[in-house]
Amino acid sequence: MVERRPVLNFVQHFVLILGAAIFAFPIYLAFVASTHTGIEVNRGLPLLPGDQFFQNYATVLGEGLSTAGAPPIGLMLMNSTIMAMAIALGKIAISLLSSFAIVYFKFPFRVLAFWTIFITLMLPVEVRILPTYEVVAQLGMLNSYAGLSIPLIASATATFLFRQFFMTVPEELTEAARIDGAGPMKFFRDILVPLSRTNLAALFVILFIYGWNQYLWPLLVTTDESYYTVVMGIKRMANAGDSLPEWHLIMATAILALLPPVIVILGMQRLFVRGLVEVEK
Amino acid sequence: MKSTLSMTAMASVMALAAPAAMAQTEINFWHAMGGALGEKVEEMATAYNESQDDFVVVPTYKGNYTENMTAAIAAFRAGEQPHIVQVFEVGTATMMAAQGAIKPVYEVMENADIEWSSDAYLPAVRSYYSTPEGQLLSLPFNSSTPVMWYNQDLLDQAGKDVPQTWDEVFELADALQAEGHECAVSFGWQSWSMIENYLAWHNQPIGTQQNGFAGFDTELTIDESEDLANLLQRIADSQEDGTFVYGGRRGDSLPLFTSGECALWINSSAYYPDMVEQAEFNFGQTMLPLNTEAADAPQNSIIGGATLWVLSGHEDADYQGVAEFFDFISQPEIQADWHMSTGYVPITTAAYELAQEQGFYDENPGTQTAIEQLSLNEPTANSAGLRFGNFVQIRDVINEELEDLWSGDQTAEEALSNAAERGNAMLRDFEDTNM
Amino acid sequence: MRTKRVTFRHRWLPYLLVAPQIVITAVFFLWPASQAIYQSVLREDAFGLKTEFVGLANFERLFSDSAYLESFWTTIVFSALVAGLSMGIALVLAVMADRVIKSALVYRTVLIWPYAVAPAIAGVLWWFLFNPTIGIGAYAMGQLGYDWNHFQDGNDAMALIVIAAAWRQVSYNFLFFLAGLQAIPRSLIEAAAIDNAGPFKRFWSIQLPLLSPTVFFLLVVNVVYAFFETFGIVHATTGGGPGNETVILVYKVWRDAFEGLNLGSSAAQSVILMVIVIALTAIQFRYIERRVEY
Repeated sequence: MVERRPVLNFVQHFVLILGAAIFAFPIYLAFVASTHTGIEVNRGLPLLPGDQFFQNYATVLGEGLSTAGAPPIGLMLMNSTIMAMAIALGKIAISLLSSFAIVYFKFPFRVLAFWTIFITLMLPVEVRILPTYEVVAQLGMLNSYAGLSIPLIASATATFLFRQFFMTVPEELTEAARIDGAGPMKFFRDILVPLSRTNLAALFVILFIYGWNQYLWPLLVTTDESYYTVVMGIKRMANAGDSLPEWHLIMATAILALLPPVIVILGMQRLFVRGLVEVEK
Repeated sequence: MKSTLSMTAMASVMALAAPAAMAQTEINFWHAMGGALGEKVEEMATAYNESQDDFVVVPTYKGNYTENMTAAIAAFRAGEQPHIVQVFEVGTATMMAAQGAIKPVYEVMENADIEWSSDAYLPAVRSYYSTPEGQLLSLPFNSSTPVMWYNQDLLDQAGKDVPQTWDEVFELADALQAEGHECAVSFGWQSWSMIENYLAWHNQPIGTQQNGFAGFDTELTIDESEDLANLLQRIADSQEDGTFVYGGRRGDSLPLFTSGECALWINSSAYYPDMVEQAEFNFGQTMLPLNTEAADAPQNSIIGGATLWVLSGHEDADYQGVAEFFDFISQPEIQADWHMSTGYVPITTAAYELAQEQGFYDENPGTQTAIEQLSLNEPTANSAGLRFGNFVQIRDVINEELEDLWSGDQTAEEALSNAAERGNAMLRDFEDTNM
Repeated sequence: MRTKRVTFRHRWLPYLLVAPQIVITAVFFLWPASQAIYQSVLREDAFGLKTEFVGLANFERLFSDSAYLESFWTTIVFSALVAGLSMGIALVLAVMADRVIKSALVYRTVLIWPYAVAPAIAGVLWWFLFNPTIGIGAYAMGQLGYDWNHFQDGNDAMALIVIAAAWRQVSYNFLFFLAGLQAIPRSLIEAAAIDNAGPFKRFWSIQLPLLSPTVFFLLVVNVVYAFFETFGIVHATTGGGPGNETVILVYKVWRDAFEGLNLGSSAAQSVILMVIVIALTAIQFRYIERRVEY
């Protein structure tokens, strides 16, 4: 605080509390919905939590969602975790290597390699989903974790961000490493990767959430219920055909599905936020 | 619940272990039944799997109707198609046109080593999915038809009987207004309930060439019915005092009825289980209202819902399993159970009779409305159903144009003629693609 | 293209390093993308049984279709509103949070949650909130004298998808803004305070200019988000209605392929989107390259 201004102070907290309340409200409401019976929810949602908390969550966790037409939630949460981890780690690994090559080496076809990778920047899977599906099917990757994750790794955002970061690493470090006789991989391992720690954290969080939240792609490439992800499960429950969805169970599942990404964000909060500052440079 | 669960679990374990252990053939069945309906589908498959040792039917949920159909088509293009896919009624023309990708059901059944006749199925259901020669192309699975749901308590309050005609609907609305109650009517799936079924109900064509049954060179004629335009205009105008409230394209308007806000709701008969669970008032279902300006008596309504299509490209022997499974789920006991627990109409005459015998309609008055409506008269060329290509998109167009009517941006006449014009362009597109 | 002044030399190592990404890009991006380009000049039935070469007819058709052109406009309005709203709110909140350092962590922890919600689920939540009959949001609007019905009113529908899309993005933007603000040296602000510059003046003359790289970066991210990643929100809330009022481009690509099974037209739209994306990327690149140069 630079100076004391009680009125301004009050306004600040007021705005922040109001903002936080408004932004948390839909999630609070989802929680409220998960503590009532289905009938109460469909009749117009109450504003205060009900008494069905244990009942609903026990149903969702215990019996699984088979009453609502989806595989056991533990399995779906595990699949989502595997998929999100594979996407986050896979993308970080290939991007770290390729941006290292592009920034720290001069080699024939470097520019070509650069543009081949960068043309994928930002074009989401949804826009090319059917041809991508055909490719995955031809490679026999339907119903596999590889099919769920690898096609979503084909994007240059992470490569782009690492390149931007590497460009800001002082040249002196490279010179010193060369004078010490360190090879490129040693430089990469001992200097570049540790320097990128916060970037790695920020990217990991962003990519984990990206992977966790996928819907259309997993729906298309899985036919085997043992590969269902939790977002698919929720949509499946919400789509009850010509009948009403069981909102109380859907919301309970949605709350459970929210926890892993929130834990990842909160757990890595400190590193993540520092990484953000560097990422955009 | 527990026993079903373990049965499903066992079935999936068996499905996994099967190929090695017993050399059973897997039959893949992709469906769009989420929620409780999906569980019913699993039950059927499990029951079949336990009834014999040669085949294992593996049901897989692939999203809603459109997602399921597209997934199956994408899979076909990649050579990974399932044996059986559930397709909603508006996808019928697309599937039919795909000769080489599909195997007509009558062919599958005739080639198989079982006794089977398409006469077992209800005429109004059968006609929608048959060739002009009466050969069944896909197996009716879940079928419903729009009915009018009413709130008896509100009718009593207004001192009116259940409306049978649109004039009576508006009289009821006036009586409700006098009582200080605003909304009289709302509906869902408007293209289906208010245009396609309205026209069939009043024995008017929806398109040329027998509503598209007789050829791809069909054109929509929804803009030719003056009484339809008049009715829609009357409904749109009645928004002024809140008599009609528009509540969305699909079933989104259901809460308008179950909350007691609107006295009447026109939509699928398959909402029956939800009504039982949700409505805290006396409710009932009755036949669609008649527009006396258009006809003296109703014809018959047409169905909606989905059928099972068989895709080609599998071993010949597999289709024996498909045929057996189809035969199995057409049994009266299974169909009657499906009908009574879901609100879908029974697809075979035997199942209907069984439900009657079991006293279902006496215990649940009104539940036979849908089937009575469908079999009110022998279907005419106008009321046997419809078969238009690109109809999913055409329904979107109709939705869009009607929404512009409800918001007051255009008249009913304009809405219908715009919808027909844009729809016809899509029909020509389909014709060109499939020539 | 810039590189390091000091580089390594190795005969095969750089190829080995770029290989994984090049292979994945080639197989899962270039191959499908070229398929899309190929399909965009074909007319095909859904199953791929009958194929006909039609040249640029699919494109001609799109550009003479008023619904498609409207969809462009809808997308631009939508993206501008989403980016503007989510960045504006996030900036206000971040500036406030930056000033109350002690409790900033608490606010950050609360405000971070919506970012974790999948667009598909966010759509379901907002559908629930603003359902004209049972939604609390709609009820509250009714109490304020506004008759909310996004099924019927195009502006209500647009407002709904903008709110649903911006909601999640505010969290993301807030994190970046807060991080950016906290990176500004305290000494600068204190110096200005000694010169008697009030909090608003300090914001305009010091914080905002220093924050401009973040603003630009977020602008690009948010526009791209609004353009492409909001499919799930439109799908779960309005479905493009009423009329054509909320059909954004990426939703139309999906709908024409998935519901309409019109692969040629959908592929042509994909190609158009690819061109837009490449243009956006090029602009962003030029800007960034130039900025780092000085």
